[in-house]
Amino acid sequence: MNINFSLFAQAIAFAAFIWFTVRFVWPPLLAVIEERQTKIADGLAAADKGARSLEEAQVRIQTMVEEARVQARQILDQAQTRAGGIVEEARESAGQERDRIIQTARAEVDQQVNRARDELRGQVAAIAVAGAEKILAREIDARTHQDLLDRLAAQI
Amino acid sequence: MSAEHTLTPTSYIQHHLSFLAEPVGQGPFWVLHVDSLLTAVILGVVSLGFIAWVVRGATAGVPTRRQAFVEVLVDFVDEQVAGIFHGERRKFVAPVALTVFVWVLLMNAMDFLPVDIMAKGLQAVGFEEFRLVPTADVNTTFALALSVWVLMIFFSIRVKGLGGWIHELFCAPFGGHPALWIPNFLFNLIELVSKPLSHSLRLFGNMYAGEIIFLLLWLWAATGLVGTAFAAVLGLGWAIFHILIVVLQAYIFMMLTIVYIAMAHESH
Repeated sequence: MNINFSLFAQAIAFAAFIWFTVRFVWPPLLAVIEERQTKIADGLAAADKGARSLEEAQVRIQTMVEEARVQARQILDQAQTRAGGIVEEARESAGQERDRIIQTARAEVDQQVNRARDELRGQVAAIAVAGAEKILAREIDARTHQDLLDRLAAQI
Repeated sequence: MSAEHTLTPTSYIQHHLSFLAEPVGQGPFWVLHVDSLLTAVILGVVSLGFIAWVVRGATAGVPTRRQAFVEVLVDFVDEQVAGIFHGERRKFVAPVALTVFVWVLLMNAMDFLPVDIMAKGLQAVGFEEFRLVPTADVNTTFALALSVWVLMIFFSIRVKGLGGWIHELFCAPFGGHPALWIPNFLFNLIELVSKPLSHSLRLFGNMYAGEIIFLLLWLWAATGLVGTAFAAVLGLGWAIFHILIVVLQAYIFMMLTIVYIAMAHESH
């Protein structure tokens, strides 16, 4: 334990080393560390933001899917009612058409029946006249007995 | 040691405990311990040079393992300082703490080198006596502790002003009453003296004791085969335990440095 001049020499060395560390070691390394810290913090923040936006996007997707599903159901419902309407309408118009066709057919039939009846009536009149002619063996003036014949034809 | 001349335990230990002293003037004070000074400076230059070299190539991107190691060290010191010193620590206090920690740690670690093999090697290059552990030299620890002490007083005066510092010498910790000036001053005087003493002697005592125990073990090893075996086993045990002491003492020295400088910044 002998104190001597070494003490001062060591103190000077110590001071020099302190100066060296203060000047050359600490500031640059800390600057680097801090730069990396901000970088990491930024990266983490970005990752956080990404995760959050992903979550938001998922929520949005969920709502969109839900909306789309509702819309699809609406469209389907609409289409079904519309299809029902169309079928109903078609059925109705088809019924009307059928009725109309039946009516015209019936009218035509009636007309033809009438025409046939008229024809028959004429022919019967002619046959009656011919029969009468033969029976009477004399000519009956068709013109003078026209109204008689007509009345006869109308009775048939 | 070999038996080229009659070797007694006393001479063995005395040999290992004598400094390579170089007189630089008249009187017992003007002597330089070249060995501890040289070792200390080499260790400081190598360790801080290594750190500075790593720092020079440091990137903010993905660090290399070397850089990560230095960063862990710096971060560790910075954290310790942050826990004690509340102020602008990065300008001066934290770098001082780093210097102290790294330097003292390496100087303490010199204790691990096997003294006799090193002595043989150093003898071969011309150093008859060479003590390898600078912190087992009371001059080194006093130099460090007194430097810290000077810093402490410097910061005290800078923060509180010279008047404030002197006022505190007389008016703290008991109070400002004139009757208490003398007790206050005596109290502060004791504190001022005891701080560097305990700071330096704690480190010196630990390292010196560690060295002595190693020497005693190697002395035992010189007694024969059984002694060698026991000394080897116990030496290993002591070396492993000494890892703790080396790191712990460096840590304590750094912490006290921070605490003293931090205390200088606080006014009562």
